[in-house]
Amino acid sequence: MQLDAEDISALIVLCRAEIDRHGEHLGLLDSAIGDGDHGTNMRRGLNAVFTERETIAALPLPAALERIGLVLVMSIGGAAGPLYGTLLMELGRGLAPDANAAAFVATLEQAIAAVARRGRAGPGDKTLLDVLYPVQAAMLERSAPERIADCALSAARSTEAMQARRGRAAFLGARSVGHEDPGASSCALLAATICGYFAERRPS
Amino acid sequence: MSNSSAGQRQSNVGIVIVSHSPLVARGAADMVRQMVGDGVPLAWAGGNAEGGLGTHVAGIQAAIETAWSEAGVAIFVDLGGAETNSEMAAELLGPARAGRIVVCNAPLVEGAVVAAAEASGGSSLAKVVATAEELSP
Repeated sequence: MQLDAEDISALIVLCRAEIDRHGEHLGLLDSAIGDGDHGTNMRRGLNAVFTERETIAALPLPAALERIGLVLVMSIGGAAGPLYGTLLMELGRGLAPDANAAAFVATLEQAIAAVARRGRAGPGDKTLLDVLYPVQAAMLERSAPERIADCALSAARSTEAMQARRGRAAFLGARSVGHEDPGASSCALLAATICGYFAERRPS
Repeated sequence: MSNSSAGQRQSNVGIVIVSHSPLVARGAADMVRQMVGDGVPLAWAGGNAEGGLGTHVAGIQAAIETAWSEAGVAIFVDLGGAETNSEMAAELLGPARAGRIVVCNAPLVEGAVVAAAEASGGSSLAKVVATAEELSP
């Protein structure tokens, strides 16, 4: 996972643009089963990272990930802030500067486990974890970036059939079924954006 | 958003109230102050960074700082995001202090009042938390 400053900066720009483009949709998804602020919160988070992108991009990848995580924690708020923050901060803390792809996937697994502990959630609870687990599994199989992106997006869609057991949506019980989870949706958009970058820049 | 009204006896366990609503957080803190007096460090955090409904880590951190006591801090939260953000805020203050911060599994208003009453008598953090958590079903 040798990413230089140019890569990190480009990924921040792309992720921010993607969240901005889908912010309204994320808000609508969240209105159906939550409090409707996921789009606003994610836009605020990605904008905060964007503002700091030059400083962040100058850091080695692990430190950059940790810093992005902290910025997201401090800016997204709600439940999504600590979840995305935990994912990136744990990833950054666990990653050696010269980590190869296999080490990255192993560290990602640890970071996802930390997200699960933070949210006290597991597979099938209708959260962003329902995207993170299949993405990690696809990476473990060394799937092509395009394949991982498809996997992320279809995993997010599959949360529509799930009944929420964590977060605000859990209060709705069976009524949460039939709506895609907004956290899973934003997570899939970000994963697909990152994969799209790798597909173009670094075909495997 | 957070508000402070630090007590005079910083040796007592501090109480922090975290709600998605600034009005709820402030109202609960006001109730604690009126019912228990000012023998405990007390602070609240409520609302997102823009003052709307929600919780955010920076506000909670500021409240913990305000209510900080060497005896520790007990935090009372309403919904899930408040709990997650409070745990994150505590961790970001570093292991030394995080080890003396507990996010209580207790009702926000009743928990905070009972905990503050217990804390004002000089009880330990463990005792304050246990007293509040007895209120949980």
